[in-house]
Amino acid sequence: MGPQEFAYLLQGLAWTLVLTAMGFVGGIAFGVIVALMRVSSVTWIRLIAIGWIGLFQGTPLLMQLFVAYFGLPLLGFNLPAWAAVGIALTAHASAFLGDIWRGAIQAVPRGQTEAAMALGLHTRSLMIDVIMPQAFKLSLPATVGFLVQLLKGTSLAAIVGFIELTRAGSIVSNQIYRPLLVFGVVGAMYFAMCWPLSLWGRNIERRMSAGASR
Amino acid sequence: MTLDFSVVTDAWQSLAFGALGTLFLAIAGMSIATVIGVLGVAILRAQMRVPSFLVTAFVEVIRNTPFLVQIYFIFFALPLAGVRLNPTITAILALGLNGGAYAIEIIRGGVESIPTGQTEAGLALGLHKHEVFRFIVLKPAIRAIYPSLSSQFILLTLTTSICTSISAYELTSVGQRIEAETFRSFETYFTLTGIYLVISLATMWLLAEIGRRAFNYPQR
Repeated sequence: MGPQEFAYLLQGLAWTLVLTAMGFVGGIAFGVIVALMRVSSVTWIRLIAIGWIGLFQGTPLLMQLFVAYFGLPLLGFNLPAWAAVGIALTAHASAFLGDIWRGAIQAVPRGQTEAAMALGLHTRSLMIDVIMPQAFKLSLPATVGFLVQLLKGTSLAAIVGFIELTRAGSIVSNQIYRPLLVFGVVGAMYFAMCWPLSLWGRNIERRMSAGASR
Repeated sequence: MTLDFSVVTDAWQSLAFGALGTLFLAIAGMSIATVIGVLGVAILRAQMRVPSFLVTAFVEVIRNTPFLVQIYFIFFALPLAGVRLNPTITAILALGLNGGAYAIEIIRGGVESIPTGQTEAGLALGLHKHEVFRFIVLKPAIRAIYPSLSSQFILLTLTTSICTSISAYELTSVGQRIEAETFRSFETYFTLTGIYLVISLATMWLLAEIGRRAFNYPQR
Protein backbone atom coordinates (compact mmCIF):
# COMPACT_ATOMS: atom_id res chain seq x y z
CA MET A 1 0.00 0.00 0.00
CA GLY A 2 1.63 3.22 -1.21
CA PRO A 3 1.26 6.76 0.13
CA GLN A 4 -1.37 7.46 -2.52
CA GLU A 5 -3.66 4.69 -1.23
CA PHE A 6 -3.04 5.74 2.35
CA ALA A 7 -3.99 9.33 1.51
CA TYR A 8 -7.21 7.99 -0.05
CA LEU A 9 -8.02 6.16 3.20
CA LEU A 10 -7.35 9.34 5.19
CA GLN A 11 -9.76 11.21 2.93
CA GLY A 12 -12.36 8.53 3.73
CA LEU A 13 -11.56 8.91 7.43
CA ALA A 14 -12.28 12.64 7.17
CA TRP A 15 -15.75 11.83 5.78
CA THR A 16 -16.32 9.32 8.59
CA LEU A 17 -15.61 12.12 11.07
CA VAL A 18 -17.92 14.53 9.21
CA LEU A 19 -20.77 11.98 9.21
CA THR A 20 -20.23 11.23 12.91
CA ALA A 21 -20.23 14.93 13.76
CA MET A 22 -23.40 15.55 11.73
CA GLY A 23 -25.20 12.66 13.39
CA PHE A 24 -24.03 13.54 16.88
CA VAL A 25 -24.73 17.29 16.75
CA GLY A 26 -28.10 16.75 15.08
CA GLY A 27 -28.82 13.89 17.47
CA ILE A 28 -28.12 16.09 20.50
CA ALA A 29 -30.46 18.83 19.26
CA PHE A 30 -33.36 16.50 18.42
CA GLY A 31 -32.53 14.02 21.18
CA VAL A 32 -33.26 16.65 23.84
CA ILE A 33 -36.67 17.19 22.26
CA VAL A 34 -37.32 13.42 22.13
CA ALA A 35 -36.27 13.02 25.79
CA LEU A 36 -38.49 15.89 26.94
CA MET A 37 -41.43 14.53 24.92
CA ARG A 38 -40.80 11.09 26.41
CA VAL A 39 -41.16 12.38 29.98
CA SER A 40 -44.05 14.73 29.14
CA SER A 41 -47.17 14.48 31.26
CA VAL A 42 -49.34 14.65 28.12
CA THR A 43 -50.10 11.09 27.00
CA TRP A 44 -50.16 11.58 23.20
CA ILE A 45 -46.85 13.49 23.21
CA ARG A 46 -45.29 10.69 25.26
CA LEU A 47 -46.71 8.06 22.87
CA ILE A 48 -45.15 9.80 19.83
CA ALA A 49 -41.75 9.73 21.55
CA ILE A 50 -42.18 6.06 22.56
CA GLY A 51 -43.06 5.20 18.94
CA TRP A 52 -40.11 7.18 17.56
CA ILE A 53 -37.65 5.49 19.94
CA GLY A 54 -39.12 2.02 19.35
CA LEU A 55 -39.01 2.47 15.57
CA PHE A 56 -35.31 3.34 15.50
CA GLN A 57 -34.26 0.86 18.16
CA GLY A 58 -36.27 -1.95 16.57
CA THR A 59 -34.97 -1.68 13.00
CA PRO A 60 -31.43 -1.99 11.60
CA LEU A 61 -29.52 1.26 11.00
CA LEU A 62 -28.82 -0.06 7.50
CA MET A 63 -32.55 -0.05 6.69
CA GLN A 64 -32.89 3.47 8.12
CA LEU A 65 -30.11 4.61 5.79
CA PHE A 66 -31.70 2.88 2.77
CA VAL A 67 -35.16 4.29 3.47
CA ALA A 68 -33.79 7.84 3.89
CA TYR A 69 -31.51 7.50 0.88
CA PHE A 70 -34.27 6.31 -1.47
CA GLY A 71 -37.27 7.84 0.31
CA LEU A 72 -36.26 11.49 0.65
CA PRO A 73 -35.98 11.99 -3.16
CA LEU A 74 -39.49 10.53 -3.50
CA LEU A 75 -40.75 13.23 -1.16
CA GLY A 76 -39.30 15.79 -3.57
CA PHE A 77 -36.03 16.51 -1.76
CA ASN A 78 -33.14 16.27 -4.16
CA LEU A 79 -30.32 15.86 -1.70
CA PRO A 80 -26.69 14.86 -2.18
CA ALA A 81 -25.79 11.47 -0.68
CA TRP A 82 -24.03 12.96 2.37
CA ALA A 83 -27.11 14.96 3.33
CA ALA A 84 -29.42 11.94 3.09
CA VAL A 85 -27.03 9.87 5.19
CA GLY A 86 -26.65 12.77 7.64
CA ILE A 87 -30.42 13.06 8.06
CA ALA A 88 -30.75 9.31 8.68
CA LEU A 89 -27.93 9.34 11.25
CA THR A 90 -29.47 12.37 12.97
CA ALA A 91 -32.86 10.70 13.28
CA HIS A 92 -31.20 7.48 14.50
CA ALA A 93 -29.12 9.35 17.09
CA SER A 94 -32.09 11.43 18.29
CA ALA A 95 -33.97 8.24 19.20
CA PHE A 96 -31.06 6.59 21.03
CA LEU A 97 -29.89 9.76 22.82
CA GLY A 98 -33.51 10.62 23.62
CA ASP A 99 -33.91 7.24 25.36
CA ILE A 100 -30.58 7.58 27.21
CA TRP A 101 -31.52 11.05 28.48
CA ARG A 102 -35.05 9.90 29.36
CA GLY A 103 -33.42 7.38 31.68
CA ALA A 104 -31.12 10.04 33.13
CA ILE A 105 -33.97 12.51 33.72
CA GLN A 106 -35.94 9.81 35.54
CA ALA A 107 -32.85 8.87 37.57
CA VAL A 108 -32.59 12.32 39.15
CA PRO A 109 -34.00 11.88 42.67
CA ARG A 110 -37.65 12.87 43.04
CA GLY A 111 -36.75 15.09 46.00
CA GLN A 112 -35.02 17.47 43.60
CA THR A 113 -38.27 18.10 41.74
CA GLU A 114 -40.19 18.50 44.98
CA ALA A 115 -37.60 20.90 46.40
CA ALA A 116 -37.67 22.99 43.21
CA MET A 117 -41.45 23.15 43.28
CA ALA A 118 -41.44 24.05 46.96
CA LEU A 119 -39.14 26.94 46.05
CA GLY A 120 -41.78 28.07 43.55
CA LEU A 121 -39.80 27.43 40.35
CA HIS A 122 -41.73 27.20 37.09
CA THR A 123 -41.74 23.93 35.10
CA ARG A 124 -39.32 25.47 32.58
CA SER A 125 -36.83 26.57 35.21
CA LEU A 126 -37.31 23.28 37.08
CA MET A 127 -36.21 21.37 33.97
CA ILE A 128 -33.44 23.68 32.74
CA ASP A 129 -31.88 24.74 36.05
CA VAL A 130 -32.46 21.74 38.32
CA ILE A 131 -33.14 18.47 36.50
CA MET A 132 -31.22 18.73 33.22
CA PRO A 133 -27.78 19.67 34.61
CA GLN A 134 -27.90 16.67 36.97
CA ALA A 135 -29.32 14.36 34.29
CA PHE A 136 -26.57 15.47 31.91
CA LYS A 137 -23.89 14.35 34.33
CA LEU A 138 -25.62 11.02 34.99
CA SER A 139 -25.99 10.33 31.28
CA LEU A 140 -22.37 11.06 30.29
CA PRO A 141 -21.04 7.45 30.25
CA ALA A 142 -23.96 6.17 28.16
CA THR A 143 -23.77 9.22 25.86
CA VAL A 144 -20.07 8.65 25.19
CA GLY A 145 -20.84 4.96 24.63
CA PHE A 146 -23.41 5.91 22.03
CA LEU A 147 -20.92 8.24 20.32
CA VAL A 148 -18.64 5.23 19.79
CA GLN A 149 -21.64 3.27 18.49
CA LEU A 150 -22.48 6.08 16.06
CA LEU A 151 -18.91 6.40 14.81
CA LYS A 152 -18.86 2.68 14.04
CA GLY A 153 -22.35 2.96 12.53
CA THR A 154 -21.24 5.49 9.91
CA SER A 155 -19.42 2.57 8.24
CA LEU A 156 -22.83 1.39 6.98
CA ALA A 157 -22.94 4.41 4.68
CA ALA A 158 -20.44 2.34 2.67
CA ILE A 159 -23.19 -0.14 1.71
CA VAL A 160 -25.35 2.74 0.42
CA GLY A 161 -22.34 3.69 -1.74
CA PHE A 162 -21.03 6.71 0.15
CA ILE A 163 -17.21 6.86 0.19
CA GLU A 164 -16.23 7.06 3.85
CA LEU A 165 -13.45 5.09 5.55
CA THR A 166 -14.83 1.54 5.05
CA ARG A 167 -15.87 2.19 1.44
CA ALA A 168 -12.46 3.77 0.74
CA GLY A 169 -10.96 0.58 2.18
CA SER A 170 -13.01 -1.63 -0.17
CA ILE A 171 -11.96 0.46 -3.16
CA VAL A 172 -8.26 0.39 -2.26
CA SER A 173 -8.52 -3.34 -1.48
CA ASN A 174 -9.97 -4.00 -4.94
CA GLN A 175 -7.17 -2.00 -6.55
CA ILE A 176 -4.15 -3.54 -4.87
CA TYR A 177 -5.74 -6.84 -3.87
CA ARG A 178 -4.34 -6.93 -0.35
CA PRO A 179 -7.64 -7.14 1.60
CA LEU A 180 -6.15 -8.21 4.92
CA LEU A 181 -3.60 -5.39 4.96
CA VAL A 182 -6.15 -2.77 3.89
CA PHE A 183 -8.93 -3.83 6.26
CA GLY A 184 -6.35 -4.26 9.02
CA VAL A 185 -5.30 -0.63 8.54
CA VAL A 186 -8.92 0.53 8.28
CA GLY A 187 -9.77 -1.38 11.47
CA ALA A 188 -6.76 0.15 13.23
CA MET A 189 -7.94 3.63 12.21
CA TYR A 190 -11.41 3.01 13.68
CA PHE A 191 -9.82 1.56 16.79
CA ALA A 192 -7.59 4.65 17.17
CA MET A 193 -10.71 6.84 17.17
CA CYS A 194 -13.05 4.66 19.25
CA TRP A 195 -10.77 3.24 21.93
CA PRO A 196 -9.83 6.57 23.58
CA LEU A 197 -13.53 7.48 23.66
CA SER A 198 -14.40 4.14 25.25
CA LEU A 199 -11.68 4.53 27.87
CA TRP A 200 -12.88 8.06 28.61
CA GLY A 201 -16.47 6.86 29.04
CA ARG A 202 -15.39 4.07 31.39
CA ASN A 203 -13.27 6.52 33.36
CA ILE A 204 -16.23 8.86 33.93
CA GLU A 205 -18.35 5.89 34.98
CA ARG A 206 -15.74 4.71 37.49
CA ARG A 207 -15.35 8.17 39.00
CA MET A 208 -19.11 8.52 39.30
CA SER A 209 -19.60 5.17 41.03
CA ALA A 210 -16.68 5.98 43.36
CA GLY A 211 -18.44 9.25 44.20
CA ALA A 212 -21.74 7.45 44.77
CA SER A 213 -20.32 4.87 47.16
CA ARG A 214 -18.49 7.44 49.26
CA MET B 1 -43.63 9.24 -8.97
CA THR B 2 -46.09 6.66 -7.77
CA LEU B 3 -45.40 3.93 -5.31
CA ASP B 4 -45.89 0.34 -6.40
CA PHE B 5 -45.76 -2.23 -3.66
CA SER B 6 -47.02 -5.06 -5.89
CA VAL B 7 -43.43 -6.03 -6.82
CA VAL B 8 -42.77 -6.53 -3.13
CA THR B 9 -45.97 -8.41 -2.33
CA ASP B 10 -45.37 -10.65 -5.37
CA ALA B 11 -42.07 -11.69 -3.82
CA TRP B 12 -43.58 -12.56 -0.45
CA GLN B 13 -42.25 -16.10 -0.56
CA SER B 14 -38.62 -15.07 -1.02
CA LEU B 15 -39.11 -12.47 1.71
CA ALA B 16 -40.49 -15.09 4.10
CA PHE B 17 -37.51 -17.34 3.45
CA GLY B 18 -35.19 -14.34 3.86
CA ALA B 19 -36.78 -13.61 7.23
CA LEU B 20 -36.19 -17.22 8.26
CA GLY B 21 -32.57 -16.84 7.14
CA THR B 22 -32.26 -13.76 9.34
CA LEU B 23 -33.73 -15.61 12.33
CA PHE B 24 -31.35 -18.51 11.72
CA LEU B 25 -28.32 -16.17 11.59
CA ALA B 26 -29.49 -14.42 14.74
CA ILE B 27 -30.13 -17.58 16.77
CA ALA B 28 -26.86 -19.23 15.65
CA GLY B 29 -24.97 -15.99 16.38
CA MET B 30 -26.54 -15.70 19.86
CA SER B 31 -25.64 -19.30 20.69
CA ILE B 32 -21.98 -18.86 19.72
CA ALA B 33 -21.89 -15.49 21.49
CA THR B 34 -23.17 -17.05 24.71
CA VAL B 35 -20.57 -19.81 24.59
CA ILE B 36 -17.75 -17.32 23.89
CA GLY B 37 -19.07 -15.06 26.65
CA VAL B 38 -19.05 -17.79 29.30
CA LEU B 39 -15.68 -19.20 28.18
CA GLY B 40 -14.13 -15.72 28.09
CA VAL B 41 -15.29 -14.93 31.63
CA ALA B 42 -14.05 -18.33 32.86
CA ILE B 43 -10.62 -17.54 31.37
CA LEU B 44 -10.58 -14.06 32.94
CA ARG B 45 -11.42 -15.55 36.33
CA ALA B 46 -8.56 -18.05 36.11
CA GLN B 47 -6.34 -14.94 36.36
CA MET B 48 -3.55 -16.24 34.19
CA ARG B 49 -1.64 -13.41 32.63
CA VAL B 50 -1.38 -14.19 28.93
CA PRO B 51 -4.85 -15.75 28.39
CA SER B 52 -6.48 -12.88 30.33
CA PHE B 53 -4.63 -10.33 28.23
CA LEU B 54 -5.72 -12.05 25.01
CA VAL B 55 -9.37 -12.09 26.10
CA THR B 56 -9.24 -8.41 27.10
CA ALA B 57 -7.55 -7.48 23.80
CA PHE B 58 -10.19 -9.43 21.86
CA VAL B 59 -13.01 -7.63 23.68
CA GLU B 60 -11.48 -4.17 23.14
CA VAL B 61 -10.67 -4.71 19.46
CA ILE B 62 -14.14 -6.06 18.65
CA ARG B 63 -15.96 -3.39 20.63
CA ASN B 64 -14.04 -0.53 19.07
CA THR B 65 -14.19 -1.44 15.37
CA PRO B 66 -17.26 -1.59 13.10
CA PHE B 67 -18.92 -4.95 12.42
CA LEU B 68 -18.71 -4.27 8.68
CA VAL B 69 -14.90 -4.08 8.83
CA GLN B 70 -14.79 -7.23 11.01
CA ILE B 71 -16.93 -9.26 8.61
CA TYR B 72 -14.86 -8.13 5.60
CA PHE B 73 -11.69 -9.04 7.46
CA ILE B 74 -12.94 -12.52 8.37
CA PHE B 75 -14.38 -13.03 4.88
CA PHE B 76 -10.98 -12.37 3.28
CA ALA B 77 -8.83 -13.90 6.04
CA LEU B 78 -10.41 -17.39 6.09
CA PRO B 79 -9.53 -18.36 2.47
CA LEU B 80 -5.95 -17.17 3.03
CA ALA B 81 -5.80 -19.45 6.07
CA GLY B 82 -6.95 -22.29 3.79
CA VAL B 83 -10.51 -22.41 5.19
CA ARG B 84 -13.32 -22.25 2.63
CA LEU B 85 -16.72 -21.59 4.14
CA ASN B 86 -19.88 -20.41 2.45
CA PRO B 87 -20.86 -16.77 3.17
CA THR B 88 -23.71 -17.70 5.51
CA ILE B 89 -21.43 -19.76 7.77
CA THR B 90 -18.83 -16.97 7.65
CA ALA B 91 -21.54 -14.52 8.69
CA ILE B 92 -22.55 -16.71 11.64
CA LEU B 93 -18.93 -16.87 12.74
CA ALA B 94 -18.56 -13.08 12.51
CA LEU B 95 -21.83 -12.49 14.40
CA GLY B 96 -20.79 -14.98 17.08
CA LEU B 97 -17.37 -13.39 17.59
CA ASN B 98 -18.83 -9.87 17.65
CA GLY B 99 -21.66 -10.78 20.03
CA GLY B 100 -19.23 -12.86 22.11
CA ALA B 101 -17.05 -9.84 22.88
CA TYR B 102 -20.06 -7.91 24.17
CA ALA B 103 -21.30 -10.97 26.06
CA ILE B 104 -17.93 -11.32 27.84
CA GLU B 105 -18.13 -7.69 28.95
CA ILE B 106 -21.73 -8.03 30.15
CA ILE B 107 -21.34 -11.40 31.90
CA ARG B 108 -18.11 -10.22 33.55
CA GLY B 109 -20.05 -7.32 35.08
CA GLY B 110 -22.61 -9.78 36.45
CA VAL B 111 -20.01 -12.17 37.84
CA GLU B 112 -18.22 -9.33 39.60
CA SER B 113 -21.47 -8.38 41.30
CA ILE B 114 -21.59 -11.77 43.11
CA PRO B 115 -20.21 -11.24 46.62
CA THR B 116 -17.06 -13.30 47.34
CA GLY B 117 -18.71 -14.55 50.52
CA GLN B 118 -21.00 -16.71 48.37
CA THR B 119 -18.10 -18.35 46.55
CA GLU B 120 -16.36 -18.97 49.86
CA ALA B 121 -19.51 -20.46 51.33
CA GLY B 122 -19.77 -22.80 48.35
CA LEU B 123 -16.16 -23.90 48.72
CA ALA B 124 -16.61 -24.36 52.47
CA LEU B 125 -19.57 -26.66 51.73
CA GLY B 126 -17.16 -28.86 49.79
CA LEU B 127 -18.31 -28.00 46.25
CA HIS B 128 -15.74 -28.29 43.53
CA LYS B 129 -14.37 -25.05 41.97
CA HIS B 130 -16.22 -25.76 38.72
CA GLU B 131 -19.46 -26.42 40.56
CA VAL B 132 -19.10 -23.18 42.47
CA PHE B 133 -18.56 -21.29 39.18
CA ARG B 134 -21.50 -22.95 37.49
CA PHE B 135 -24.18 -22.91 40.19
CA ILE B 136 -23.17 -20.15 42.60
CA VAL B 137 -21.52 -17.63 40.32
CA LEU B 138 -22.70 -18.06 36.74
CA LYS B 139 -26.41 -18.68 37.14
CA PRO B 140 -27.17 -15.78 39.51
CA ALA B 141 -24.81 -13.59 37.45
CA ILE B 142 -26.66 -14.33 34.22
CA ARG B 143 -29.97 -13.80 36.01
CA ALA B 144 -28.72 -10.36 37.08
CA ILE B 145 -27.49 -9.28 33.66
CA TYR B 146 -30.14 -11.06 31.59
CA PRO B 147 -31.90 -7.80 30.63
CA SER B 148 -28.69 -6.23 29.25
CA LEU B 149 -27.76 -9.48 27.52
CA SER B 150 -31.22 -9.51 25.92
CA SER B 151 -30.88 -5.99 24.53
CA GLN B 152 -27.43 -6.89 23.22
CA PHE B 153 -28.99 -9.89 21.47
CA ILE B 154 -31.68 -7.67 19.91
CA LEU B 155 -28.83 -5.53 18.55
CA LEU B 156 -27.21 -8.71 17.22
CA THR B 157 -30.46 -9.60 15.46
CA LEU B 158 -30.51 -6.18 13.78
CA THR B 159 -26.81 -6.49 12.93
CA THR B 160 -27.53 -9.57 10.78
CA SER B 161 -28.65 -7.12 8.07
CA ILE B 162 -25.00 -6.11 7.56
CA CYS B 163 -24.21 -9.69 6.50
CA THR B 164 -25.67 -8.77 3.11
CA SER B 165 -22.25 -7.21 2.39
CA ILE B 166 -20.76 -10.69 1.92
CA SER B 167 -24.04 -11.97 0.39
CA ALA B 168 -24.99 -14.28 3.23
CA TYR B 169 -28.54 -15.61 2.93
CA GLU B 170 -30.78 -13.32 4.95
CA LEU B 171 -33.56 -10.75 4.58
CA THR B 172 -31.52 -7.75 3.40
CA SER B 173 -29.71 -9.68 0.67
CA VAL B 174 -33.06 -11.05 -0.54
CA GLY B 175 -34.30 -7.45 -0.57
CA GLN B 176 -31.30 -6.25 -2.53
CA ARG B 177 -32.01 -8.91 -5.15
CA ILE B 178 -35.63 -7.79 -5.43
CA GLU B 179 -34.43 -4.20 -5.74
CA ALA B 180 -31.96 -5.10 -8.48
CA GLU B 181 -34.69 -6.87 -10.48
CA THR B 182 -37.46 -4.32 -10.05
CA PHE B 183 -35.72 -0.96 -9.37
CA ARG B 184 -38.34 -0.35 -6.65
CA SER B 185 -35.78 0.62 -4.01
CA PHE B 186 -37.96 2.57 -1.61
CA GLU B 187 -40.84 0.09 -1.62
CA THR B 188 -38.42 -2.79 -1.01
CA TYR B 189 -36.52 -1.24 1.89
CA PHE B 190 -39.65 0.23 3.45
CA THR B 191 -41.17 -3.26 3.55
CA LEU B 192 -37.95 -4.78 4.88
CA THR B 193 -37.92 -2.19 7.68
CA GLY B 194 -41.41 -3.30 8.67
CA ILE B 195 -40.42 -6.97 8.64
CA TYR B 196 -37.36 -6.21 10.79
CA LEU B 197 -39.57 -4.38 13.27
CA VAL B 198 -41.75 -7.49 13.59
CA ILE B 199 -38.65 -9.73 13.90
CA SER B 200 -37.11 -7.64 16.67
CA LEU B 201 -40.41 -7.40 18.57
CA ALA B 202 -40.76 -11.20 18.30
CA THR B 203 -37.17 -11.71 19.47
CA MET B 204 -37.79 -9.37 22.42
CA TRP B 205 -40.84 -11.39 23.42
CA LEU B 206 -39.00 -14.69 22.99
CA LEU B 207 -36.02 -13.57 25.09
CA ALA B 208 -38.32 -12.26 27.82
CA GLU B 209 -40.16 -15.58 27.82
CA ILE B 210 -36.89 -17.55 28.06
CA GLY B 211 -35.75 -15.28 30.89
CA ARG B 212 -39.02 -15.80 32.74
CA ARG B 213 -38.74 -19.58 32.50
CA ALA B 214 -35.02 -20.14 32.98
CA PHE B 215 -33.91 -17.43 35.34
CA ASN B 216 -36.81 -16.93 37.68
CA TYR B 217 -36.43 -17.71 41.32
CA PRO B 218 -38.34 -20.88 42.16
CA GLN B 219 -41.75 -19.93 43.42
CA ARG B 220 -44.17 -21.98 45.44
